[in-house]
Amino acid sequence: METFDQFKKIFQNRHAYAKEWKAKTGKNVFGYMCTYVPEEVIHAAGILPIRILGSHEPQDVTEPHIYTMFCPFSRDVLAQGLQGRYNYLEGVVYAHSCLHMRQAYASWTKHVPMKYSRYIFVPSKVQSPRADPMLTKEIADFRKSLEEFTGKKITDKDLQNSIDVYNTNRRLMRQIYEMRKGDQPLISGTEAAYMVLSSMVSDKAEHNKLLEKAIKELPTRKDLPKPGTRLMIISSILDSIEFLELVEKLDAIIVTDDVCDGTRYFWNEVQPEKDLIHAIALRYINRPPCPAKDWEKRSRYPFIQNLAREYKVQGAIVVQQKFCDPHEFDIPPIMNMLKEMGIPSIFLEFDITVPVGQFHTRVEAFLEMLQLDLV
Amino acid sequence: MAQAAKYQTRPLKLWNKAKELRLNHYKDVATAHQNGKLLVTGGTDGFSCLPAGLGDYAYLGGEPWGASISMDPKLATQCVEAMEARNYARDMCAYMRNYWGSMYLNKSPFGGPFPKPDFCLQGGFCDSHHKWFQHVGEFFNVPYFGIDIPLGEPGVGQERKQEYLMGQLLDAIDWMQKVTGRKYDDGKFIEAVNNDIESSALWSQICCLNKAVPAPMDEKMMFTLYIIAVLIRHEKESVDFYKELKAEIQDRVDNKIAAVPNETIRLMHDSQPPWYFLKLWRYLEEYGAAVIGSFYSFTLSGFIEKRDGIWQAGQTPKERGIVMKTREDAVRVLAEWYLRRNVTQEFSLPWVKNQEMVEWAKEWKVNGFIIHLNRGCEGTAFGQMEARGELLKSGIPVMTYEGNMADKRELNEAQTLDRIDAFMESFGLKKKS
Repeated sequence: METFDQFKKIFQNRHAYAKEWKAKTGKNVFGYMCTYVPEEVIHAAGILPIRILGSHEPQDVTEPHIYTMFCPFSRDVLAQGLQGRYNYLEGVVYAHSCLHMRQAYASWTKHVPMKYSRYIFVPSKVQSPRADPMLTKEIADFRKSLEEFTGKKITDKDLQNSIDVYNTNRRLMRQIYEMRKGDQPLISGTEAAYMVLSSMVSDKAEHNKLLEKAIKELPTRKDLPKPGTRLMIISSILDSIEFLELVEKLDAIIVTDDVCDGTRYFWNEVQPEKDLIHAIALRYINRPPCPAKDWEKRSRYPFIQNLAREYKVQGAIVVQQKFCDPHEFDIPPIMNMLKEMGIPSIFLEFDITVPVGQFHTRVEAFLEMLQLDLV
Repeated sequence: MAQAAKYQTRPLKLWNKAKELRLNHYKDVATAHQNGKLLVTGGTDGFSCLPAGLGDYAYLGGEPWGASISMDPKLATQCVEAMEARNYARDMCAYMRNYWGSMYLNKSPFGGPFPKPDFCLQGGFCDSHHKWFQHVGEFFNVPYFGIDIPLGEPGVGQERKQEYLMGQLLDAIDWMQKVTGRKYDDGKFIEAVNNDIESSALWSQICCLNKAVPAPMDEKMMFTLYIIAVLIRHEKESVDFYKELKAEIQDRVDNKIAAVPNETIRLMHDSQPPWYFLKLWRYLEEYGAAVIGSFYSFTLSGFIEKRDGIWQAGQTPKERGIVMKTREDAVRVLAEWYLRRNVTQEFSLPWVKNQEMVEWAKEWKVNGFIIHLNRGCEGTAFGQMEARGELLKSGIPVMTYEGNMADKRELNEAQTLDRIDAFMESFGLKKKS
């Protein structure tokens, strides 16, 4: 479908997109690491926030900077900076999440010249009532630092406008996700991934127009994805589109996910209230959590369980970026939980490049086993 | 013919006392319930002093438990295999893998069963630790409270970080009263906070004495001495021990009593040691290389800051003229201390620690660094490669070796010793006969 081809084009040509956007608007572009960064505030400053992603190419430039036992995504991200792929960025922003991304950020700020950098402490104990005032004050200070950088005040009107644009983006993507619930999902998992990833690397207002177009076109779509065994993907970041395509070439369709560049990115909106900074802080505190922030109680479990039920999931692919500690804690109990729900799952460990042949064999075998169970 | 020693040496008088304190602590942990005490478990990078207001308790620190297990390679292997059998990855925190394994197997490294805690209390900043004790709480079906020590750009937002941490400490106290049904005694808490900080400060003062040539302590010795503060810094016994130790170490400095009698060069290590391979420190001594400490052994239970241009121990509340009268006073002092500590800064961004390493090399008269690329702890691996770069840029020789602090399967002893040989040769050193 043409709109989804546009999402794909934006994602695949994200550097060119960002450079064109800069040339067109005369404004700045910031890269961010981690989806806990409150993008609305950057947007309100008139700056385009884009997610820094890897390129899935082997490299050796990060060896002097990051221990090889840190996750491949963090090393890939740093490699992009060291290799100059993001030389059009004016700034980089990191939200406190995991050690590995923090290392990538630290090395980036030391070795990749940037006019602006910021480490936002997003509490790890989001379940504490103390997290709310902490993050609110942290974001308020972030706003001030952006004002100092741009030399321009970020008004409440700017913030409200950005919140509206972001909320619309989230709402529209959720609406499209709803269209995957039926027996004939209207989009494939690969298309959904392109949709979300393109949102992360483009102007949200432009992206909203494409989403609105997609919503109009989807109900009468002719080139429907082929249905198959209904799968859920559970992962940290999963931008290896090649892998999703591999899965969906087999007799399967990915209908939902619990992924950094999936539902966790856009599932909840900023709720209206007078104190806009507080409203933004609450949105990030209450969003579906990264496992690094999911304690003492486990709120990921009911989130995954609800998605699995609503999307009639028949099997799950649990993906881990090699060496990712936070996800390593959650993976065995989540797989046990899925088993108790009657949902078989397979575990795959990812590195920078995807072993297509091996994964093809494993996923194929998993699907054959699933299909036997379903018959 | 053996060469005459360069310096006098003698064993520490307090050596056996240190060993006794550690073993007594673990006896206390094993018999806590029999003796009517609460048993609390959590990490030792946090607030072991917090339960003091509840009355008698023993604190089972997760990391030292894991380290103790690693000194028994047979048990350690059983523990990690028990974890791997439950589909947990082998690159997770090595201390935790030993701890969880001993929990699953119901085995203590000191004999007997794993001591079941009454509740879990974790204060820290590491990715793993909060999830570690989440699982422990679930396994034993006991309550768990985690305290998030805020990180971030050093010096930015200190006031709100302090408020955030203080708020959680107060919440933890309320929570502990609820889950135990005990009333909290603020006086006992204040005493524990004073002990906690004083133990840390004393240990740091002792570490600063190692600037002397010859060094009165070597790091292998320090592993037996620093652990008291790690385990029980909230107790008066710890303060008393370190007061005595400081006097003894000062005496050794005054009388040039060396830890390594043929001290020729001085090295610093980085990261936890491979606990099952401490002979590496003795091996270095064959070259006349004295490992005189590390960021890890100095600051895990200590705090060294720069005042008046010199790196010295952090000042206690008493030294700063601060009197704690209320629970809020104690929580404020505790929060401020823990936010300023080197270890907290290390986990925020690596530059603070890396700069400290470069400056400490000068003050402690260090000739080179040995960096343990420790697969068992991503926290201490944070910033290490950049540290290596900074040290080399400063003209300080560095050697790295890959290993694991608590999983013997991940260190190749022969290769590591070969690398040590080459590093020592680069200093023009030969093994002394």
